[in-house]
Amino acid sequence: MTLDARIPSGPIEQQWAKARFDMKLVNPANKRKHSLIVVGSGLAGASASASLGELGYNVKCFCFQDSPRRAHSIAAQGGINAAKNYPNDGESIHRLFYDTVKGGDFRAREGNIYRLAEISNHIIDQCVAQGVPFAREYGGTLTNRSFGGAQVSRTFYARGQTGQQLLLGAYQALERQVHAGTVTMIPRTEMLDLIVIDGQARGIVTRNLVTGKFNVHLADAVILATGGYGNVYYLSTNAKGSNVTASWRAYKRGALFANPCFTQIHPTCIPVSGEYQSKLTLMSESLRNDGRIWVPKVKGDKRPPNEIPEDERDYYLERRYPSFGNLVPRDVASRNAKAVCDEGRGVGKTGLGVYLDFSEAIARLGEKTIRERYGNLFDMYQRITDEDPYKVPMRIYPAIHYTMGGLWVDYQLQSTIPGLFVLGEANFSDHGANRLGASALMQGLSDGYFIIPYTVGNYLATNKFAKVDESRAEVQNALNEARQKINNLLAIKGNRTVDSFHRELGKIVWDYCGMARTAEGLEIAIGKIRALREEYWKNVTVPGSGDDLNQSLEKAGRVADFFELAELMCIDARDRNESCGGHFREEFQTPDGEAKRDDEHYSYVAAWGYRGPDTAPELTKEPLEFHYVHPSQRSYK
Amino acid sequence: MKLKLKIWRQKNCKEKGKFVQYSVDNVDPEMSMLECLDVLNESLIERGEEPVAFEHDCREGICGSCGFMINGVAHGPERATTVCQLTMRHFKDGDKLVIEPWRSVAFPLVKDLVVDRSALDHIIESGGYISVSTGQAPDGNTLLVGKETADQAMDAASCIGCGACVAACPNASAALFTGAKITHLGTLPQGGPERDRRALSMVSQMNVEAFGNCTSIGECTGVCPKEIPLGVIATMNRDYLCASVKKCEDTEVDISPVVELTAKG
Repeated sequence: MTLDARIPSGPIEQQWAKARFDMKLVNPANKRKHSLIVVGSGLAGASASASLGELGYNVKCFCFQDSPRRAHSIAAQGGINAAKNYPNDGESIHRLFYDTVKGGDFRAREGNIYRLAEISNHIIDQCVAQGVPFAREYGGTLTNRSFGGAQVSRTFYARGQTGQQLLLGAYQALERQVHAGTVTMIPRTEMLDLIVIDGQARGIVTRNLVTGKFNVHLADAVILATGGYGNVYYLSTNAKGSNVTASWRAYKRGALFANPCFTQIHPTCIPVSGEYQSKLTLMSESLRNDGRIWVPKVKGDKRPPNEIPEDERDYYLERRYPSFGNLVPRDVASRNAKAVCDEGRGVGKTGLGVYLDFSEAIARLGEKTIRERYGNLFDMYQRITDEDPYKVPMRIYPAIHYTMGGLWVDYQLQSTIPGLFVLGEANFSDHGANRLGASALMQGLSDGYFIIPYTVGNYLATNKFAKVDESRAEVQNALNEARQKINNLLAIKGNRTVDSFHRELGKIVWDYCGMARTAEGLEIAIGKIRALREEYWKNVTVPGSGDDLNQSLEKAGRVADFFELAELMCIDARDRNESCGGHFREEFQTPDGEAKRDDEHYSYVAAWGYRGPDTAPELTKEPLEFHYVHPSQRSYK
Repeated sequence: MKLKLKIWRQKNCKEKGKFVQYSVDNVDPEMSMLECLDVLNESLIERGEEPVAFEHDCREGICGSCGFMINGVAHGPERATTVCQLTMRHFKDGDKLVIEPWRSVAFPLVKDLVVDRSALDHIIESGGYISVSTGQAPDGNTLLVGKETADQAMDAASCIGCGACVAACPNASAALFTGAKITHLGTLPQGGPERDRRALSMVSQMNVEAFGNCTSIGECTGVCPKEIPLGVIATMNRDYLCASVKKCEDTEVDISPVVELTAKG
C-alpha cells in the first residue's frame, strides 16, 4: 500500500487556496439530501457539526456524555495560538508554521501545518464573534501572552478556562443548528463500530448507554472527532471517559493508525498522592511564564522549600537552556523533571515532584497581578493539595496529556477508508512528535470550522452513493459483532474489576512506553500486555446487565480496546530507532542527553494497518519532505 | 479514616429508590469525594454487587458532569467546589454523609445519582448563542470590548452547567443558569443585536421546562461551584422586561419554545 497525502502542488503559501478552488461543490439545494455522521462533540466535533449544519447538510452528532458541552476540550486551560501579530513582536503565519514544524521535531507534514497557521487567525475572529470572552486590554483590544516553546506572544486566552469558553462557543453554535433543525444531537450514545459498504464508510453502530439498545445509523460520510487515547496510561489528565474505541474500531475496519507512540507528557501536573488516585490534574503551562522551576542541589534534601537558601537551589531549566529557560517545549521540560527526580533530587512525599516557584514573580509584579493571571489555577491547586501557592512553591510532575498519534489522514482529513474523515486529536496530522502549547485548540477548531466543510463537500460531490439499508450484510455483521463483544464481557464473570486491570495496564505502558523507552523494555512491555490481556478476557468481572445504564460495562469495552492499542504503541515505539519529540529512546541521545533524531532513516510517518487478531500489523511509511524548514537538531539553549 | 455513606439507590426512573448505608474504612484525607466512591464501588463489584452510578468526567471541576447532594448541600460543604474536587480532608473520622441525586422535576432520575439535565440544553438551544455562521466574522479587534466588560462577561460565562443551582433552589428554578448565559452574551457588543430576542426565547423555554420560578432566595449562588453572582438574574429580568415592552410594540416577533415540556412530575 502507498499513502498519498494529496498535498496540492505549488508554493506552500498558495496550496490551501488552490485546494479550495480545485474542490468540487455540492449544489446548495442538494446539501440537505446528504446525511453526515459526526462522532464526538468537542472542539472539532461541535465546530464541524455546526458549520456543516449551517451549510445545510443533514447532520447527526453523537457524544457519550449527557450533553455535548461536557466534551473534554472543555478542560483546556492555557490558550489558543494565532498568527495575528497584534503585539507587533515579530509574529507571522510563516513563524507560527516554522515553530510548529520545529516543535514537532520534523515529524509532521509541512503542507498541513502551513494551512493550520494560515487558518489560525480566522479562528480567533470566529470565536470573538460568537461571544467568547477573550482577555482584553483596558483599551478594549485582545490580549496575548507567550506560551511554552514560543518567543512571541501569540496566545489568546480566557482566564485559565480558554478551552471551556471555546467549547461553549462551538456548543452554542451547535445548539443553534439543533434549533434550526439541521443537526440532530444524540447524547449518551457510544459508537461501537464503523460500517463500511463497497469500500466507503457509510455508517456506525451505536449503543444507547441508558437503555443498552443497539442502533444502526447510515449516512453518506462519517466524521470522527473522538479525541486522543491518553487514558491508555490509566492515570492521565484526560477526562475519565476519554477513550480510543471509535478510532480503534475504524482501525480494525481498515483505517491506518499513524505514529501511535507519539504521546505527550505534560510537565506541569499535580503529583500523584496515593494508590486510589483516579486521574491527574494539569496545571496550565502558562504558569511557566512567571513561575521558576527548581529542585535542591543536593540529593535527598528534605528541608521545606523556604528553608533552602537561594544558592542551594538548582533552577535546572534556566541553567541548561539559558535562552528559553522555563519556557522550553513540553517534552524537554518533562524529560528534565524526570532526570532530576531520577537523581534523587525530587521533592514532596514521594520524591516525584519539582518546585514551581512564584515568589520572585509575586515580588516583582505583586500578588494582585499574579492572582489576575492565574487565580483560578492557584485556587484549584490549593483545593487539591491544601497548600497555598502564593506562599509555598507548587509541586509539579509530568503526566500524560495529549496524543499526537491517531488515525492517518490526508490533506483532506480523509482516512484510508473513503468517506471516513478524522478531525482534532483523533487524527495524527499536525503536531509531529511533539505538540506546542496552545496548538490543540487551534487544530481542533481549524479542522472543524474551516477544513471539513470544504473537504467533505468535495467528497460528496465527486462520489456516487448507492442506496443502502440495514438489511445489508455489512450492517448486520457490524451490529452482531458489537453485540457479541458486549455479551462476551458480561459473560466472563471473573474475579477482577475492570479498573484493577486498567490500572495495571497503565502502569506497564507508563513504565516502558512513557517518558523514556528502550527496545528491551518495549519487548518486555509487549509480553506483559499480551499476558494481561489474556487474563482480562478470562477473569474480568462486569456486574449488572446490558439493558440499562452500566458504567462498568462501558469501561470494560473501552479497556479491551486500550489493551490492543497499548500493544501497537509499543510495537511502533520499538520500531522507531531514534529519539524525536515525545518519543525518547534511551539508546538514541546526544552526549548531553538531548533527543537524537535519525532523519536519514526515520523521516516518515509510520502508519499501521490491522491484519487480524493474531497477525502482526503492517507498516506503511509516508515519507516526509521538508522544503521550507530545514531539519536541524532542535536547540533551546 | 472511616466514613458511613448513606447513598440513594434507584435502578431507574420507574422503580422505587431507597437509601442504602455503606461503610468505607480506608478513606485517605487526600482523596476526592469521587475517589471515595470509586473505592466503595470497587469493593461492591468485588462482592458481586452493582456499583453506585454517578456522573463524572473531567474530574477537575470544569466539565459540569458531576454533582450530588451531600448532607443536603449541593456539591457538599466547600464553597466554589464541585464534588470531584472536594477532598475528604473536610470530613472527620466517623462522619456520616447522606448522598442523594439532584432533586428536581426538571431533572428526571436515570439511575442512582445520575439525573437527566437535558432541560438545560434546551434553554441554550432556544437562543443561548450569537447567530454568526462560520466565515462571517470580522477581525477580532474590530469591536473593542473594555476590560471590565470582558471580565464581567467572563464571570457569567464561567457557568459549567452542572445544575447545582436548580438542585439547591427550594423552587427548583433555573434562573441562575439562564441568567448567566443571558448576561454573558448580552454584556458583549457582539451579543447586542439579539439581546431582546435571546431574553424572550430563553426565558420562555425556561418556563416551559419543569423548573420553578425564582423568588430571590439565593441558595443557587451559594452552592454554585463557579460562584456566578445573583446579579445575573437581575440582568435577565431587566432584559426580559425591556424586551417584553418592545415586543408589545412589535408584533412581528414570534417566540415559541424549542421543545415542549419533556419532564412530567
